[in-house]
Amino acid sequence: MNDSSRYFKGARLAALTLAATLSTATAVQAQEPIRIGSFLSVTGPAAFLGDPEQKTLEMVVERINAEGGVLGRKLQLIAYDDSGDAEKARTFAKRLIEQDKVDVIVGGSTTGATMAAVPIAEQAGMPFVSLAGAVVIVEPVKKWVFKTPHTDRMACEKIFVDLQSRKLSKVAMISGSGGFDKSMHAECLKVASKYGIEIVAEETYGAADTDMTAQLTKIRASSAQAVLNAGFGQGPAIVTRNYRQVGLTLPLYQSHGVASKEYIKLSGPAAEGVRLPAAALLVADLLPAGDAQKPVVTAYRNSFEQKYKTDVSTFGGHAYDGLMLVVNAMKQAGSTDKAKVRDALEATKGYVGTAGVVNMSAADHMGLDLSAFRMLEVKDGNWSLVK
Amino acid sequence: MGSQWVQFVASGLTAGAIYALVALGFSIVYNASGAINFAQGEFVMVGGMSAVSLLATGLPLPAAVLLAVAAAVIVGLAVEKLAIEPARHAGTVTLIIITIGVSLFLRGLAQLVWDKRVHALPAFSGDQPIHLFGATLLPQSLWVLAGAGLAVAGLSWFFGRTLFGKAMLATSYNPLAARLVGVNTRTVLLASFGLAALLGALGGVLTAPITFTAYDTGIMLGLKGFAAAMLGGLGSFSGAVLGGLLLGLAEGLGAGFISSAYKDVIAFVIILAVLFFLPGGLRGARRTERV
Repeated sequence: MNDSSRYFKGARLAALTLAATLSTATAVQAQEPIRIGSFLSVTGPAAFLGDPEQKTLEMVVERINAEGGVLGRKLQLIAYDDSGDAEKARTFAKRLIEQDKVDVIVGGSTTGATMAAVPIAEQAGMPFVSLAGAVVIVEPVKKWVFKTPHTDRMACEKIFVDLQSRKLSKVAMISGSGGFDKSMHAECLKVASKYGIEIVAEETYGAADTDMTAQLTKIRASSAQAVLNAGFGQGPAIVTRNYRQVGLTLPLYQSHGVASKEYIKLSGPAAEGVRLPAAALLVADLLPAGDAQKPVVTAYRNSFEQKYKTDVSTFGGHAYDGLMLVVNAMKQAGSTDKAKVRDALEATKGYVGTAGVVNMSAADHMGLDLSAFRMLEVKDGNWSLVK
Repeated sequence: MGSQWVQFVASGLTAGAIYALVALGFSIVYNASGAINFAQGEFVMVGGMSAVSLLATGLPLPAAVLLAVAAAVIVGLAVEKLAIEPARHAGTVTLIIITIGVSLFLRGLAQLVWDKRVHALPAFSGDQPIHLFGATLLPQSLWVLAGAGLAVAGLSWFFGRTLFGKAMLATSYNPLAARLVGVNTRTVLLASFGLAALLGALGGVLTAPITFTAYDTGIMLGLKGFAAAMLGGLGSFSGAVLGGLLLGLAEGLGAGFISSAYKDVIAFVIILAVLFFLPGGLRGARRTERV
């Protein structure tokens, strides 16, 4: 009796322990966060991209977690700073996959950083949503790679359509020497003839150049009817100032790369009349009430500006879209299984983001069309919509 | 064609005046310590960024500019006290490496104290370009040229007419002999950093309205200024000015007539050419070793 009772006691204890372990195990599994990996250019020359992107990711992850997470699990953001260095981006992408064992990567502020990480994501079978601009990221289509921003080719096309409507056909291009600048320059050259545009002069400037009057003087001597500046960072602001300085009065177009208030601030009154294609986010207030994007961009802008007390930029919006696309795909797939999330990403239809309405397909891993771009003009130190 | 020439020369001279100010800073420190101060570009940045943030606090522009230059001088003195002086008995190579460390440190600090964005200072006297022989010049360019001219005049007065300036010159010729006749070479070293920071910051505030300023503007300016100092002859003040202006002109004309893509290459080709063919620079001392 004694023996058997002791036996039973022992068995009960064992069963209890087992049950306890099992229940903690399931609890741990339920609480195991979904890991969102990211590498962004938070410092360095592309800091103006990476900084708002990181802030946005942190803000949205916080909000989603406060609302209960995704699939009952919290999100955990693991973000590294590649400081605009493609080699570092590659290392961080590896670390995210191999050490941090993330479920998905949303990141890559610059095209260079993104392209360095693409082979690694492809090889590991890791869904990767890039936040960089160039068309090479999704063309040719790569199985695991998606992107949220508009491409530079779309920016060229939007500008050329606007030029057509103003009956201008001879264009001078002045471009920076960065990856984005070069890529946009090449894309514009490629699609120019489709819109009956002739490029009559091509000038370049270095990333750290502080004076572009020499290049603009040459453009002044050409037969151009309009000037297109493909570039981002401080270069376009200097171009804009020098443009007025050398007395050029032709219409000046900038790229979507400078679509932030900072550009207007740096260029000062010289920016008046400059046109550029940009996402709806910048002009949330100006959008007509019926615009599909209006509620999304207004909500994002308000929460960002409330939290960080700085102006919103489209780049942060790209990070918002990237994370929301991934979250939606996970909900759609009902799991964080990488292949299923990838398939769900590719099947995204009608997602209304800050960049536009996204309709992905097997042939299009960006899912935006020209309507996603709005043509803006600087008026009285602010953006205005060109009708 | 003629007006293009004038335009290229005008923009070349403006850039050249900035390089000259940076190059002068290199020469002053070189004379006092025999070392190249690679944090010289960072002094430019500290000047520009301080002016921007002081202006943001509501100070009037002239006050912000003067205080910014003063702030940079304090930074320069602190750099000498905290980083250079403790290692003054080490070789020049060690000192040079320390200045590289200082430049990295200052750049990092600037990111923390300020931010990573690009800032502009309002122009001192308007943005309306001045038309000159078919070329256009910003009024700010005249400020830069005048500022550089005044700095050079001030320096030549300081080194030619004041006792302390002469003591600094004496130290540059022969530190041991200068010590023997009672010159405090430690003070000279300290003053040289203060003076170098002053010149750099002056360049920083004068150019911030044209070229903008950010935490990392010091890198390229430092390199270009170094190229200018090498071209003119390290340690020679007239050489620094000459080198700066020549480099600016070469860049302006090169960008205008050859290709804008090669603008930065010009500075570095000049460094290489000078090192190969004219190690003393245009106005540098022709040193002969006697055995």
